[in-house]
Amino acid sequence: MSEKLVFRFDVSGNDFTSAGQASVQVKKNLRQLGFDNEIIRRVSIAMYEGEINMVIHAGGGVAEVHVCEEYIEIILDDHGPGIKDIEKAMQAGYSTASETIRSLGFGAGMGLPNMKKNSDEMKITSEVGVGTRIVMKINCKGTNE
Amino acid sequence: MKISKMQELLDAKVLCCEENLGKHVYSAFGCDLMSDVLAYVTDQAVLLTGLVNPQVIRTALMMDMVCIVFVRSKEPNEEMINLAKENGIVMMSTNKTLYTTCGLLYSNGLVGTAEVEK
Repeated sequence: MSEKLVFRFDVSGNDFTSAGQASVQVKKNLRQLGFDNEIIRRVSIAMYEGEINMVIHAGGGVAEVHVCEEYIEIILDDHGPGIKDIEKAMQAGYSTASETIRSLGFGAGMGLPNMKKNSDEMKITSEVGVGTRIVMKINCKGTNE
Repeated sequence: MKISKMQELLDAKVLCCEENLGKHVYSAFGCDLMSDVLAYVTDQAVLLTGLVNPQVIRTALMMDMVCIVFVRSKEPNEEMINLAKENGIVMMSTNKTLYTTCGLLYSNGLVGTAEVEK
């Protein structure tokens, strides 16, 4: 793989039942490309949590995954309500999710900390009323060996 | 523990991927909160849950889990069964509660995933 590959997905915010489809596809693609299982696992968890968040909180958005030999970068963009207090949102257990979302098995305030745990770098930029952009980078060599 | 052994112990109905009953699971995680599954499951484990929606299967997929047992006689719909089939995940349903299911598997040697540090 000499050139960078880019996978792009429109994540629908209308239908919770389809949430996670993009992550399933990315996992398949990375398997086919022959990435190490541990790398695939970290990318899968980070992206799945992010994708679910986009559906729960932001009414969907766009997910892009950039893949090259050295690293995998996940870029999640939405036009949702934005995050008021990023530091607070990063605390394990803090969540603004509704009871409905909790009854579906999510919204326990574990998503963002888990995304951070599974990536080597994570950057959140967010503006209230405009949207949120999360960039997660997982290094494929060195850090995890 | 072999998946077929779990099926016997729980007197569970196999819903799909019968051909994979010979596979092994090395630990179990019982919960309805998928966020916690994503945070704490570490190895080839079985998911025991009473939650029924497609995210249960996608969560299991993300965590490389090979088997899902629905407790309290819950059963997934066709869409969920197809999703599991595509990915070779064995799904079963037992009439036992989560507590009893965990107890039966644990007392027969299947351990939980690692303990959670604060």
